[in-house]
Amino acid sequence: MSLADGVRLAFRALAANKLRTSLTVLGMVIGVAAVIALMSLGAGAQASIEANIRGTGSNLLFISPGVQSATGGRFVDVSATSPTLTFEDAEAIREATIPGIVDIAPTRNTNASLVAGGNAFSTQIIGVTPSYAEVRTFQPQVGRFISDDDLRRRARVIALGQTIATELFPGQNPIGATVRLNNQTFTVIAVMEESGQATFQSRDNQALVPLTTLQTRISPSRTLAGDDIVSEISVTLADEDEATIEAVTNEVSALLRLRHDVTEDDFTIRTQQDIIEALGEVTGTLTLFLGAIAGISLLVGGIGIMNIMLVSVTERTREIGIRKAIGARRRDILVQFLIEAVLVSLGGGIAGAVIGGLLATYMGGVSFGGRALEGHLTPEPVVLALAVSVAIGLVFGIYPANRAARLRPIEALRYE
Amino acid sequence: MDGGPQENGDSTPVVRVEDLVKTYHMGSIDVHALRGVSFDIDKGEMVAIMGHSGSGKSTLLNLLGCLDAPTEGSYFLDGELVGDLSDDALAAIRNRKIGFVFQSFNLLARMSALEQVEMPLLYARDRQRRQRAEEALAVVGLEDRMHHKPSELSGGQQQRVAIARALVGNPSMVLADEPTGNLDTATANEIMELLVLLNQERGITTLIVTHEADVAARTQRVIRMVDGAIAGDDRTARESSAV
Ligand SMILES: Nc1ncnc2c1ncn2[C@@H]1O[C@H](COP(=O)(O)OP(=O)(O)O)[C@@H](O)[C@H]1O
Ligand SMILES: [Mg+2]
Repeated sequence: MSLADGVRLAFRALAANKLRTSLTVLGMVIGVAAVIALMSLGAGAQASIEANIRGTGSNLLFISPGVQSATGGRFVDVSATSPTLTFEDAEAIREATIPGIVDIAPTRNTNASLVAGGNAFSTQIIGVTPSYAEVRTFQPQVGRFISDDDLRRRARVIALGQTIATELFPGQNPIGATVRLNNQTFTVIAVMEESGQATFQSRDNQALVPLTTLQTRISPSRTLAGDDIVSEISVTLADEDEATIEAVTNEVSALLRLRHDVTEDDFTIRTQQDIIEALGEVTGTLTLFLGAIAGISLLVGGIGIMNIMLVSVTERTREIGIRKAIGARRRDILVQFLIEAVLVSLGGGIAGAVIGGLLATYMGGVSFGGRALEGHLTPEPVVLALAVSVAIGLVFGIYPANRAARLRPIEALRYE
Repeated sequence: MDGGPQENGDSTPVVRVEDLVKTYHMGSIDVHALRGVSFDIDKGEMVAIMGHSGSGKSTLLNLLGCLDAPTEGSYFLDGELVGDLSDDALAAIRNRKIGFVFQSFNLLARMSALEQVEMPLLYARDRQRRQRAEEALAVVGLEDRMHHKPSELSGGQQQRVAIARALVGNPSMVLADEPTGNLDTATANEIMELLVLLNQERGITTLIVTHEADVAARTQRVIRMVDGAIAGDDRTARESSAV
């Protein structure tokens, strides 16, 4: 029997039991659609995280205290005295005028409650220097950014993220208004531009104050030597070349090791690419995990096919006997039933890929945890899902088909 | 009954069986369906196999049709020993050398007459199967029923389809197990006419299992079976004029 004849026969056999065939196909459709939709959403999450990180400024290096594992944000202290990074470190890097470094922005974070009128907002307060706006490409939408003068005077001024501004001052212009922070009065000098979503914490939920103000008036934190501790130092590079990154990293490392009087790094320098990759690993694992859950429904679909094929073989025992009596070889029967199984699984795979693709595309509008989650349909999961459906048809079809092929003709003919 | 060389010598017999034994094991009981059967069938012969129910007729026909394997004994088909052939080799023999006609027709419900008749050629990968199937249906007088499904055909017409299916591959012999058993007398006569005609005009070697004496009367030779053994083997002159 030729393959074309086999496909024709299989179509007729499947058409003879339309409801049963559709239900079996549906099982596959659900499985494949789930795999493609979930994997696309995972890929979409990954892509949007990457875009966000890139959106926070380009050509950046991040220096943070302690040794961080490459894959995650977990701190591993290398010494008993917690490693620290100070404002003085940042100044030293600036003064060293290392070639390739354009600008530097030390920051320190703390959490506090902001109160204005009857409204309160608990959030992250970031102490920044004037260079922050440039380095992190985050500019005021209205008002002016924190100035050198503010920094010197430890001024009680504050720049609000968009979300905070609307929460604290609904329908009002917050510029020049005051907010209370740690029982002190701060004057709002700016509402920052909308940043959309940032990686873990939206910048729209953050408030910026001068670094010196944070250090003296909100949350003092000094080393034993009396230096001001910072959470992170961002460094803008002249370009994104590997060579520049490496040269700057080496120079900064040498400088900090010297200043900290250590032989091993007690700080971590990461590029944006490092962060993207580290997060990519997390989201990649998440994507795989989602895919695996969806894969279970694919497995269930496969079991459905096997179940139906076994029923079909039993029902058609006599047909198999007749075919064998007139000369069908084992292979002919095997191929006939295998083609049926694969047609069902592939049909389900194609329909599932279409539905999964539509889901992934149109779930873009769905808001998820306050941020729009966009499906990112790539060819890989589609090709994979189709290949997997064919494989499922073969794997779950082979046992019933083989059972049919091995029937003894005389017994099959006698079957009532 | 002899297992020796053929007297007319000009051709090998289509069938030669020697001491064919078939024993079914039903739990602890052995059922001796065939207890050592030997005979030859020459090319072009039309043979009736008669005997009471349970005498082993169907068992014998199934062995001759390579649907089942004997417990003991040897079977030569066209001079070739059909002994330890593989399943696929047996399938090929059934496909090329044997045409079956069953009491219960054994047609596939979903298929048109034409498709049923094409089926053996499908497995033989015959490219002209449509044309040959149409010819075979014309031979059995069903040229105007080719696209009908079994449910749209009478019993006699269904058996004609089955005969066309048996013929279409040009087999060495046609094996018919009580082909008229499910038909009324008039239709049974028509089917017998057809089988006799095919044997006479086309020289198709035919074995018919029957327990109807008037069917047996139409053949040249009657093998009588009793309890799994051959009790008589009468060659008579063909009474072609008698009905
Ligand atoms: N598959 C089988 N299993 C066990 N016994 C069988 C089987 N087929 C036939 N027999 C037995 O073998 C004997 C011959 O049967 P069969 O060849 O069908 O007789 P007939 O066709 O002459 O009526 C009977 O006793 C029958 O019960
Ligand atoms: Mg019988």
